[in-house]
Amino acid sequence: MLARDHFHRAVCETPFHPRTAALNQLNLWHRWRDHTVADAYFDVGMEYNAIRNSCAVFDLSPMTKHLVTGPDALAFMNRLVTRDVAKLKPLRVGYAVWCDEGGQVIDDGTIFHLRDGVYRLCSQERQLDWLHSSALGFEVRIVEETNDIAGLAVQGPTSCAVLRSFGLAGIETLTPFGLRSYPFAGGTLEVSRTGYTGDLGYELWIAPEHALRLWDELFLAGANHGIRAIGTLALEMSRIEAGFIQAGVDFLPADRAVRVDRTRSPFELDLGRLVDFSKPNFTGRRALLEEHRRGSRYRLVRLDVAGNKPARDAYVYDQRRTNIGVVTSSMWSPAAKASIALASVMMPWGAPGEELTAEIYYQKELKWNRFMARCRVVEGPFFDPPRRRATPPADR
Amino acid sequence: MKYDAIVIGAGHNGLCNAAFLARAGLKVLVLESNPYVGGAAVSRELHPHWIYSNCSYVCGLLRPEIYRTLELARHGLQIVPYGGGVTFTRDGDILGGYLDKDIRRRELARHSPRDADAYLRYGRDTMRQCRLIRALLLRTPPDPSSLRWRDIRELIHIGKEFARLGEQGICDTMRFYTLSIADYLNEYFESDVVKANFAGSGIIGTALGVQSPGTAYVLLHHYMGDVDGQMGAWGFARGGMGAVSNALAAAVQAHGGEIKVDAPAARILTRGGRARGVALANGDEYYADTVVSNVDPKRTFLKLMEPRDLEPEFLARARNFKIRGSSGKLNIALDGLPDFPALGAGNPLISGDMHFLDSLERYERAYDDWKSGTWSKDPYLDLLMPSATDPTMTPPGKHMMSVFVQYVPVKVQGRDWTDADREAFKQTVFDQIARYSPNFRSLVLHAEVRTPRELEAEVGLTEGNIFQGELTFDQLFFNRPFPGFAQYRAPVRGLYMCGSATHPGGGVMAAPGANAAREILRDLRRGSSVPEGWSDD
Amino acid sequence: MTEPRSVIVIGAGHNGLACATYLARAGRKVLVLEAAAQPGGAAITREFAPGFRVSAVAHLLHLLDPVVERELGLAQHGLAYARDALATVSLAGERAPLVLSGGSILSGEVSAADRSALRAHAARMQKFARLIARQHGRVPPRLRFDSWRDALPALALALDIRRLGRKDMREFLRLATMNIYDVLEEQFEHPGLKGALALDAVLGARLGPRSGNSVYTSLYRQSGAVNGRCGALALPRGGMGAVTDALAAAARAAGVGIRCGASVESILVRDGRACGVRLERGEELGAELVVSNADPQRSLLRLLGARHLEAEFARRVHNLRAAGNAAKLHLALGGRPQFRGLSAAQLGERLLIAPDVDYVERAFNPAKYGEFSTQPVLEITLPSLHDRGLAPAGREVLSAVVQYAPYDLKGGWAVGKERFLAAVMATLEEHAPGIGALVQHAELLTPMDIEQQFGITGGHWHHGELALDQFMVLRPVPGAAQYATPVAGLYLCGAGCHPGGGVMGTAGRNAARVIAGGG
Repeated sequence: MLARDHFHRAVCETPFHPRTAALNQLNLWHRWRDHTVADAYFDVGMEYNAIRNSCAVFDLSPMTKHLVTGPDALAFMNRLVTRDVAKLKPLRVGYAVWCDEGGQVIDDGTIFHLRDGVYRLCSQERQLDWLHSSALGFEVRIVEETNDIAGLAVQGPTSCAVLRSFGLAGIETLTPFGLRSYPFAGGTLEVSRTGYTGDLGYELWIAPEHALRLWDELFLAGANHGIRAIGTLALEMSRIEAGFIQAGVDFLPADRAVRVDRTRSPFELDLGRLVDFSKPNFTGRRALLEEHRRGSRYRLVRLDVAGNKPARDAYVYDQRRTNIGVVTSSMWSPAAKASIALASVMMPWGAPGEELTAEIYYQKELKWNRFMARCRVVEGPFFDPPRRRATPPADR
Repeated sequence: MKYDAIVIGAGHNGLCNAAFLARAGLKVLVLESNPYVGGAAVSRELHPHWIYSNCSYVCGLLRPEIYRTLELARHGLQIVPYGGGVTFTRDGDILGGYLDKDIRRRELARHSPRDADAYLRYGRDTMRQCRLIRALLLRTPPDPSSLRWRDIRELIHIGKEFARLGEQGICDTMRFYTLSIADYLNEYFESDVVKANFAGSGIIGTALGVQSPGTAYVLLHHYMGDVDGQMGAWGFARGGMGAVSNALAAAVQAHGGEIKVDAPAARILTRGGRARGVALANGDEYYADTVVSNVDPKRTFLKLMEPRDLEPEFLARARNFKIRGSSGKLNIALDGLPDFPALGAGNPLISGDMHFLDSLERYERAYDDWKSGTWSKDPYLDLLMPSATDPTMTPPGKHMMSVFVQYVPVKVQGRDWTDADREAFKQTVFDQIARYSPNFRSLVLHAEVRTPRELEAEVGLTEGNIFQGELTFDQLFFNRPFPGFAQYRAPVRGLYMCGSATHPGGGVMAAPGANAAREILRDLRRGSSVPEGWSDD
Repeated sequence: MTEPRSVIVIGAGHNGLACATYLARAGRKVLVLEAAAQPGGAAITREFAPGFRVSAVAHLLHLLDPVVERELGLAQHGLAYARDALATVSLAGERAPLVLSGGSILSGEVSAADRSALRAHAARMQKFARLIARQHGRVPPRLRFDSWRDALPALALALDIRRLGRKDMREFLRLATMNIYDVLEEQFEHPGLKGALALDAVLGARLGPRSGNSVYTSLYRQSGAVNGRCGALALPRGGMGAVTDALAAAARAAGVGIRCGASVESILVRDGRACGVRLERGEELGAELVVSNADPQRSLLRLLGARHLEAEFARRVHNLRAAGNAAKLHLALGGRPQFRGLSAAQLGERLLIAPDVDYVERAFNPAKYGEFSTQPVLEITLPSLHDRGLAPAGREVLSAVVQYAPYDLKGGWAVGKERFLAAVMATLEEHAPGIGALVQHAELLTPMDIEQQFGITGGHWHHGELALDQFMVLRPVPGAAQYATPVAGLYLCGAGCHPGGGVMGTAGRNAARVIAGGG
């Protein structure tokens, strides 16, 4: 039970804070809901390169976690999300989206099938109200456990090697989206081969009281493998390169939308692969079937933008200079050596290979320029190294 | 003396109306019965060195479009947002509505983790309704029974706004307008304290209980405002609510308008079925072809006019207009800042509004007392210490407490209030405050006790209703004040209404005054600078 | 495999039977499943004491859809009226009672002003009630406005309102959401008159006279007609069961199969389509379509299950306001009771205990807190006076609707029922001294009893509050207001749908039209 005087502190610290604070040379923080996380520690470019070249550690403790248990846990999860959870075996993790009755995406996240009939749902936003609303008629217990589990993302080409030196025997046999437990400090360390970087990587989950010991031993083990703490800014770069979407950036969570026409369906976010009409009923199914029949309104596209200017918040035009959409995420990709962007465009535009134009405003030494950049719609992530999927992964 | 327009009553709507008329080049006279302007939006020194906003006490609905167009900032108005609100529970806990969203969430979660998340859905749904209604505030309601193009066009416009909500959105809206605040809250929250915390906004100023259908809508009259784009936020006018009126008065004068105080209107003069001026109580007469009444319709049509000037049916409408006093007010000068131990040291909510009903049942029972002709024995209080935000209201270190009290009847068991009633009423309120603030009583230096009677006698609001008329749908939008007369025109040519009894109603919005000005200038074929609402897309 | 064109109707209430008959006439093969031993649902006549029979729930017929009555030939199938136009008597204790019928005062000390106000009021309300009645037989429109075509049904409604004429239209738009208290205060002086009119606005509802929207409930109540008389109140010969008996006869004549004692446990769904039902004994019955006459919450959350629905939709059904507030009192009397100031002839009319509007409001107050009225309001009939078959010779049946008796009584009805019965009898005794001594048997059905005996969730006669937040396109919930549910092949046809309850049969007929048209 929270003390009544909690108001003295708006923002809490994560279980790793003593370490992240000590490392944060920039003293640069931001608020991830009600927790403090580092924007960057020393240099964003170095941190980004740790993700792609060695081993990056990101504190993801504030990630929302809900535990779903009870006899109807599977039926409940399957009614909640658009993909077939029955196919998710124990000790597997699945990426999923869930929709409202209009088939509009509320949030995306990962489902951890911890053991038979016990699921953990990790997501960006808090979902307790939605989960409880969805639980009507199901015998399930839903508990938010965000603050009960600390999390670290360990990502990058040497991450497997780091974990091996750390003592996780056989970790190299863990396949992508696999989940495994190891004893640690008298408790359990859960390791999943998941991440938000599009690279080889793992996520480590631990009770908060063991968090600091985990951090210390991990950094000791990684010392010879280029381990480095990274902040949100570097992570953001890698997720755009990987082509991952983010709630509140690339789409508006449907349960937060005041203006009802601003939301997107899974199809409109290029997540049609996560929609399974062959499984039992799920919220949004009828609307999505209808959309499937009649066609979507929008499409999420990945754009290769000409030139070297990031297409920040750029309007997107077709050949006839009709405004057909807007860029939602953009950056200069060090890995792809290209200006890349995610954009939401109206149908029927945005077919792979289509040439579009982005209206970019940028300034150099306070002089503003407008640049109509040609863009090409590309398929798949901008950066997709084979090590991401290889089991066992190579050590370099 | 001949003017282009005479406005009866220098309340904020009368002044706003006069300012827009003057701005359009009209020679305008505002007549005010009190020795000061402002009506119910005043700052008065009723205890030496203490400034009381002794009627209206907070400012959140004042339309920013009007604020800007009339350059009220230049005329001295400053609105300062204040810090949240709190509900005290009987078991010694609190539910704090902290400004910071994460603290607020954690605070809700202390009472119910589920409600903490449901709050976002509640906020979203309520904001959807706010958006819809905000678009209508600075527009003249259409007459649905009319076939004039202007009305039809406006109906189509509204129809399109509705259609944009989508089928479910339209249904949600229909339900929102017909549900009680209790039923509305039940759809979101499980904790009684949480529900009680939000319920107050559904009943403030009305003679309705939290279980009365139609009260969910009243919520909007407390949520649809904004301070600097922060929707739902409330603020203080620096220097008290009189600052709003003074700035509006300055705007009137800046455009050449004239304001006469101590000039109670006795009669609206008519000739040949049209308005021609106003006679004062002292016999002075002022002439104008346009007369605008800021006073409520009962007063305007039943007291200031001769019955023969109006159709019997129209008079019946005026008689049947529901005003209904339901609230009282205590203004208290304090020798220091009272302790509210449940808040804990350093709690910013000491400067927010405080409420002491922690269950819907207590709210409803408070209403039952009113129905049976007495003030609530366990009343709803909206307690606020403006001096905690604006230290210039009191001498340094001293404080001023504004206590809005509901429910308070116009008559006690059918008879007029006696001094003993007023004293007992005051003690009822003091008892409730003292239960949560042990040193409160010892700090009281002066207390002004206002029942609906005082409000009527001093401000001229019939029955002391703060909204100049119930906010139920039979008296809203195209029904406000009466069906067929919602476009600010009275049945007598040249006579207009501009008070809170007209669309969109009370709450110191100034929108009725502005909307009336637009209609008057339209009739006079003069250009108008009355703003349209700003887009929220 | 399921037989083509086969339909299962769950529940042989009046709407289920009406729906089944229309579907059978449209060439469907219809089987009605009824949990009870006889058809009729809550509209039945049953023996509550040896030799005493009474309409179990609703006891006055006033909303039966004349179209259904005619089309299904209910008269030919045995429906007759013992009385077709009861007057209303407002009991006034010592004083002579007020007797009124429609817009006229038959007796009572009422001022000329009140008499003329009542005439005008009744005429206006009758006009508005007809407007509402016109909507009954229409399927509520979808509120989609992608094209003008979509907007037509809504425009038709707007046109209906316009056709009232400018003055009445304005008055209608003002009155539509008002409370009856204010409307009565605007027009009348006589307390008994106001009390009687107020009671009609709150009967069966979780509303007091001062509650907004009670004008609408009042209009709804007047929107029927018996033998062509608008707003009339009738006693079917043989009690309310006569209506469902006639409906069942009409159904059988149309080829409908009715199986009693067949309690449905769940609705079966395959590939997102309703495909039959499972009975409590385990038997599965297949059908191309399933139509449920059960209340919406029971149909959708219990028989179907939320998992077949969208989360928000299930939440809306869950949030339906469906807790009943009306109880039913049945007294087996050893002789004819004496009501103070009432002539023998007046005893057979509809008697109200609602002496003034504040009395009704005070009776409502406790219900808000989950308590029953200590001084309840009553609508009383003595049907055996008109229909000797209902009681042994020389004995009488008293049937009364009693308010307020909240479904979720604090402390529970197991404890509260005796106390409430005592309060009701005390109130009756005040108006009919000595009645207690005549009572040979008393039966009180609280909403909890009605739920248990008739399977209506919350024990609400209307299968959910008939209020503006649950009417027309909002009834029972958006997304099911056109009788079709989100699950293909599953329809609702009960009082929980538009237009609502009150032994009308209209919902059943409308549902059948939707199904026959496109199901």
